[in-house]
Amino acid sequence: MRNFVLRNFQCLSFLSRKALFRSILKNHVRNVGFGLERKHKSYSTLNQDPKAASVYTHKNAEVSFTADKYLNLKRNPNFSELTQEDITFFQSVLPSNNIIVGNEDDLLPYNIDWMRKYRGKSKLIVRPKTTKQISEILKYCNDRRLAVVPQGGNTGLVGGGVPVFDEIVISTNNLNKIRSFDHLSGSLICDGGCILENLDNYLAEKGFMMPLDLGAKGSCQIGGNVATNAGGLRLLRYGSLHGSVLGLEVVLPDGTVLDNLVTLRKDNTGYDIKQLFIGSEGTLGIIAGVSIQTPRKPKAVNVVLLGSNSFEKVQETFIRAKDELTEILSAFEFWDANSVKLIQAHIVQGSKFPLDTNYPFYILIEVSGSNKVHNDEKLSSFLENLLENQIVGDGVVAQDETQAKVIWAIREGIPEACNKAGSVYKYDLSMPLECMYKLVEDLRRKLMDAGVYGKDLPINNVIGFGHIGDGNLHLNVSAQNYTPEITALIEPWIYEWTEKHNGSISAEHGLGLMKAEYLRYSKSSSMINIMKKIKKELDPNGIMNPYKFLPD
Amino acid sequence: MTVLKILVGCKRVIDFAVKIRVNSARTAVETADIKHSLNPFDEIGVQEAINLREVLGKDKVSEIIALTCGPSKSQEQLRTALAMGADRAIHVETSKDQTLEPLNVAKIFKAIIEKENPNLVILGKQAIDDDSNQTGQMLAGLLNWPQATFASKVEIDKDSITVTREVDGGLETIRSKLPAIVTTDLRLNEPKFVTLPNIMKARKKPLTKFSLQDFDIDVTPRLETISVTEPTTRKSGTKVDSVDDLISKLKSAGAL
Repeated sequence: MRNFVLRNFQCLSFLSRKALFRSILKNHVRNVGFGLERKHKSYSTLNQDPKAASVYTHKNAEVSFTADKYLNLKRNPNFSELTQEDITFFQSVLPSNNIIVGNEDDLLPYNIDWMRKYRGKSKLIVRPKTTKQISEILKYCNDRRLAVVPQGGNTGLVGGGVPVFDEIVISTNNLNKIRSFDHLSGSLICDGGCILENLDNYLAEKGFMMPLDLGAKGSCQIGGNVATNAGGLRLLRYGSLHGSVLGLEVVLPDGTVLDNLVTLRKDNTGYDIKQLFIGSEGTLGIIAGVSIQTPRKPKAVNVVLLGSNSFEKVQETFIRAKDELTEILSAFEFWDANSVKLIQAHIVQGSKFPLDTNYPFYILIEVSGSNKVHNDEKLSSFLENLLENQIVGDGVVAQDETQAKVIWAIREGIPEACNKAGSVYKYDLSMPLECMYKLVEDLRRKLMDAGVYGKDLPINNVIGFGHIGDGNLHLNVSAQNYTPEITALIEPWIYEWTEKHNGSISAEHGLGLMKAEYLRYSKSSSMINIMKKIKKELDPNGIMNPYKFLPD
Repeated sequence: MTVLKILVGCKRVIDFAVKIRVNSARTAVETADIKHSLNPFDEIGVQEAINLREVLGKDKVSEIIALTCGPSKSQEQLRTALAMGADRAIHVETSKDQTLEPLNVAKIFKAIIEKENPNLVILGKQAIDDDSNQTGQMLAGLLNWPQATFASKVEIDKDSITVTREVDGGLETIRSKLPAIVTTDLRLNEPKFVTLPNIMKARKKPLTKFSLQDFDIDVTPRLETISVTEPTTRKSGTKVDSVDDLISKLKSAGAL
């Protein structure tokens, strides 16, 4: 019925839309109207059917509830349900504009993930401004056994940052202060809710940069980056967050504030507890503060785009890059011809694509150093060797910043172009370099044999791209819709394939909701048992981001 | 149809995408360790010369020369022009701190033009560092050549050139005989990326050097920069909690 209404909605005149509205919602909601501010509702109306209320909102309303799609997930009966007293308590801790309750439209963006694949039923969003507030909130939730989901920029790709049922969302959007920066050591201390790009811009003025960079930098927050141990485009050069994070301020599930915000580069005193929280995906506590080592911003950066005729040649280019560019190599990314087709359709229009011919593979190489002449010399002889030995067919070198940005936009725009093309099945796997593209080819063949891959068929594209320098393949399947049939075709086959080749089922995206049940493909049962023990010790009531990360 | 010999002016400027800062002495924009590139309008000029050769044919365009007046690092910009397709480059080298005003640049260009005899000279309409928008016009005056500035379209026919200019009122189309000066505007063309084989080829193309002393020109600046300051920063706004609060704030600010 809802679909019927949505499809025919545009055809109706203004007055009849209003009438249709009122008739649909009449039995469910009071105080409805176009653009009328919903007054703060009493709890009884929170039981309303949110599907009906969202009819008039926007495309997000078409995303189905996680709980309806994944019927194996059951709400933990040990968790309490939100009551008016609870809301009153939160209102005593936070000002009213830092609490969202009662208005479905306002709750919606916190309930749906960036991929528009998962949707929760949270009725309450809290947005604390200080660590102390987080501590009070968590202590209360733990005592009351109210489940919570920490949420940063909500750019996660495995459904780890959005609720499944009615978990309370604790958003770090308001934790956005930069606390201090020491230009001698390059250590930066900031709140967990600072947006990555803002931190990078702040540091740029001082001649430094963040040690990680990813396509979501305009929205993702550093606390979330740490919680997911985000990798990104420059892990090749600056290493992972396990190495660059100097200290953390974490609020534990019982409200205790663990303050380990040191700026020491070396500190071998006891178990390095902060490592536990890096990559814990919000299941052990909320990261309220981060102390991170920032590298110097390079003075000279060159970006090159190359076209390659085979995956073997791509690998050979990588080996030569390590050999000849060595310490100035700062990024090595690849993508296939199918990715280019998507990009040309959705992001970079045809006329701007730098390379004329259509190659099966493309490579982006970035070099950064402190001396332009040194960069240019190394890059120049490297490229000359590639051409002379016919390892690449053609390439372009960015002549200014604007051209460099265009080349990067191609690589960084691939996920977004995918999203625009349809519903995306996203896989993020690490494995030995030699077999990386074989997985893409095998999957294409499997889907073609099943008769679902091709023009006018459910699956319209299978693309491979990623941080080849880190052995990390991103495999995206672009489908018309998320359906259980397609899911069954791909999973667990793709994880079994990865396990057979000794790879990881999640190189950098994490487990979240999507891959929690597949953990066994990459970790032994004894390791999983220890993880569960740690979880039980720190979060005995299991309120922190339940239903995710660890399998049942 | 006359065979074209094209001279393209190039200037080394701070990269368009870089965030600039004023130096501590507040006398100029900070240039040390900042990325520099070819002036975008000059890039368009080089691309236009290449495009003309493609449209008219290799036999109708005898040579494309890239010319720059600047410090030794300006050579990089000439290499870019050569990689884009120019045949030859000329570098009039100045000392690192030498500032050249548009009239001086025009005089140097005049001297080179009298030696090389191009019949079409393409310059960027202005450089993005000083935004003078004078060199092309002054050069035309010194040479007594026709000028077509802010070109958004250039067509050659026999021995005359038809240029569509972007002016305040819209578009103006003028025709003139060659030789002529054309200055480029943004919409003239879209510069292409330079490909690897062309970059390799460019290394072998000839680059002639001159120094400022080779020209009998007095380059003492006629203008003195007194100070350079950043624009005043925008004051941050405040968030209000309700419409009443907004009204009272607007009233106290005198806006209502």
